Amino acid sequence: MSGGKNALPSAILPYAWLLVFFLAPLLVSLAISLTHAVDGSPPYSNPFDWPSLNLENYRSILSDDLYADALVNSIRVAATTALLCLLIGYPMAYAMALEPPGRRQILLMAIILPFFTSSLIRTYAMINLLKETGLINQALSALGLVDPAHPPSILYSDWAVQIGMVYNYLPFMILPLYANLARLDWTLAEAARDLGAPPWRAFATIVLPLSWPGIVSGVLLVFIPACGEYVVPTLLGGQNYPMIGTQLSTEFFQNRDWPLASAVAILLLAILVAPLLLLQWIARRSEAAA
Amino acid sequence: MTGRGLFRRSVLAFGLAFLYAPLVLVVIYSFTASKLATVWAGFSTRWYGELIADEALLEAAWLSLRLAFISATLALALGTLAGFALARFPRFSGRTLFAGMVFAPLAMPEIVMAISLLLLFVNMGEILGWPSQRGFLTLVIAHTTFTLSYVAVIVAGRLAESDRSIEEAALDLGASPLKTFFVITLPVIAPALAAGWLLAFSLSLDDVVTSQFISAPGATPLPVVVLGSVKLGVSPKINAIGAISVVLVLLATSAAYVVQSRRGRRLRQRSGL
Amino acid sequence: MIRIEGLTKSFGHDRAVDAVDLSIAAGEFFALLGGSGSGKTTLLRMIAGFERPDGGRILIDGEDMAQAPPHRRPVNMMFQSYALFPHMSVAKNVEFGLRQEGLRGDELRRRTDEALDLVAMREFAARKPHQLSGGQKQRVALARAIVKRPKVLLLDEPLSALDRKLRETTQIHLLDVQKRTGVTFVVVTHDQDEAMAMASRVAVMNAGRVEQVDTPRALYAHPANRFVAGFIGATNLLQARAGGQGLLAEGVRTLLRPSASIDSAEPCWVSIRPENVAIAAPALASADANAEHGVVEAMSYYGDHTVYYVRAEGGAMLRAARFNAAEAGPVFKVDAPVTLSWPATAITVLRS
Repeated sequence: MSGGKNALPSAILPYAWLLVFFLAPLLVSLAISLTHAVDGSPPYSNPFDWPSLNLENYRSILSDDLYADALVNSIRVAATTALLCLLIGYPMAYAMALEPPGRRQILLMAIILPFFTSSLIRTYAMINLLKETGLINQALSALGLVDPAHPPSILYSDWAVQIGMVYNYLPFMILPLYANLARLDWTLAEAARDLGAPPWRAFATIVLPLSWPGIVSGVLLVFIPACGEYVVPTLLGGQNYPMIGTQLSTEFFQNRDWPLASAVAILLLAILVAPLLLLQWIARRSEAAA
Repeated sequence: MTGRGLFRRSVLAFGLAFLYAPLVLVVIYSFTASKLATVWAGFSTRWYGELIADEALLEAAWLSLRLAFISATLALALGTLAGFALARFPRFSGRTLFAGMVFAPLAMPEIVMAISLLLLFVNMGEILGWPSQRGFLTLVIAHTTFTLSYVAVIVAGRLAESDRSIEEAALDLGASPLKTFFVITLPVIAPALAAGWLLAFSLSLDDVVTSQFISAPGATPLPVVVLGSVKLGVSPKINAIGAISVVLVLLATSAAYVVQSRRGRRLRQRSGL
Repeated sequence: MIRIEGLTKSFGHDRAVDAVDLSIAAGEFFALLGGSGSGKTTLLRMIAGFERPDGGRILIDGEDMAQAPPHRRPVNMMFQSYALFPHMSVAKNVEFGLRQEGLRGDELRRRTDEALDLVAMREFAARKPHQLSGGQKQRVALARAIVKRPKVLLLDEPLSALDRKLRETTQIHLLDVQKRTGVTFVVVTHDQDEAMAMASRVAVMNAGRVEQVDTPRALYAHPANRFVAGFIGATNLLQARAGGQGLLAEGVRTLLRPSASIDSAEPCWVSIRPENVAIAAPALASADANAEHGVVEAMSYYGDHTVYYVRAEGGAMLRAARFNAAEAGPVFKVDAPVTLSWPATAITVLRS
């Protein structure tokens, strides 16, 4: 039953679907990223006119400060988000893994539940908290910590984007970490303690190295989509907050420079291919180990 | 309780508070009488009333529900087949590409996929004459594409941990592979199918980015409408939408949890454990 | 050396360990024997420091260790699952404990090699645990636990993960290592053969309590109560009361006449080991005590010996074991009438 032929009936439909609606679109984007913008519909030159294709869009992205800034800022925000999620998520996943199995299931549900509500609603909820007349400032001024007449604005700042990102992506960090820590053989930590390691050293020499695959996949699961995040910077970052996601959308809908937008998308994908391959490699390795 | 146990509980309590407080506040402030979304001016259901009166919003919500239902069902069918192929056939020609295409959408920035699909539809429209316009159908295709990966992963995971030998027993007893798939494999993975469908449904229902690019004036899903109005500012009306969605999710997941644990208990009882 | 006094531990309403007193001498090979839920593992984990006792003391060389954290105890443990660190080589695993003491350089290497030599695993020093067989893992776990020369080495079901053939050689190996190092070994096991074969003394545990502590020979020959008699080896256990010149047992017609005197009329139990029950062709009469007619109901052949299950005239099912030596006498078939008999010295009278 493991012969290649038998896979055909089950694989053929999804295979065809993904070729047409996943792979082909990426190739189309690649082709259009080599054309140039024109007025009209569609707003790009003919991608089948081979001699007219060139790398001009990529050159202008890399030389234009606007895109370079957005790219660097996206990576910075995504990396900070991943780091903060790790710092908050690791202790949570660790604490969950040490709970008795019955309670673990409930906690797991509790972590996943917000993830099932729309990211739009969750981001919107942050606006309620962060805006000038928002609840954080109300609380701070009630405590006399800020001047109610001139409340500091958290919304539409780096801070707001960062808080919103962490809030949105935290479950993506906790789940792989928890999956890893829940499977961890805790007698290994006991063995380290038995051999004379104090608790922190048992953690540092045994638990932490063994949860490394969980850390890596958690960081990648947060970092990669966070690089292309659109909703959070749009709502919490204010007008033209420089991230690739918002830049792409501006280029697409306002400037209608589709070739340039495609080039940005392809470039973003190219930058993220390396971590993607890393993720796949880890998945395959843990598959082989299990 | 030891000191360390107390520390662990505090970490969990703090983390859960961080995750839930904003959502709880949305629900609370959806009942304010004030026009300002974050000012409490007495209890009122006025914003829910306005919600029901807003026809454009209701139309968008109805479209979103239909879209989520159809694309989740399509994604379930395609994703189950893909998950089965991946879990049961360790090698066939083109498997690497196949696995790559199934898993990549899970880890790709959604906006890249959204733009690519839009460009594909525009190009197909130019060259093939179809789709002449973007609308409900292109939304279904787009949502099916990005949700089917989630179904495939859940199904493949369930199949990987299920006992292969019961399928072999059915084959041994003379059932055809097709019959075995429908009579043995499908019932065994039924919980995973339900979970996969629910996940696909909620992902589709919540989706902003793909919908934003693929939607057309006549076919705008609810999140795109909400995004548009949130950009203009917060309002208790949107608190009300948020509250409804939070409560619906809460009910659906608790129901799923109760069904799951009851089924689990029944299975354990039946097998005498 | 180790004294345990009134040690108690409850989980919820369950008393896992209930006021246990034990004393284990230096250099002893001691076994804690009991079924699952007997409390043996909890007791072991309290000695190691992984469970906090609710009450009682654990004195190691006179110092109460009951509340000390595991890393401050002069005790090391060999885990049932071996708990080898999967991301470290064999050598790194073994030297882990020494590193915690701050040992570095030549001394570290010398002691690590010494421990690896002790278990003949030095040539595998660079391997990772997943590259080892089950028996090799067991030896690395032993080396890792003993490299610090602990005052007490705790072994949690040390042989349970090994197949039967390997168990025997490993038993001998453990005894050898214990003798060469002189470290006190405390083994937890559910396998009475394992405990009897290795330990100098065995504590039989049941429902959180220690039922009896004795040498293997004494446990078998002079069980303190019904539980120990039934747990250690197979036996015929009958309820009885004093009557006439001996004991009247339920399900047996004959009078049981033990060699020891019967001092009270209280109900009691008698235990007769199957190997002490002789089976023979039916005698004409069984006027004598300590002999009972019956019919063979089933038999099990084990190669070196055969066990006959005989329905006694009085209704009890009695077991008789006979060694299959070359001149062992006739073989009885199912349904054959037989007479069972036993010497007076084989009857053990149990008061509880």
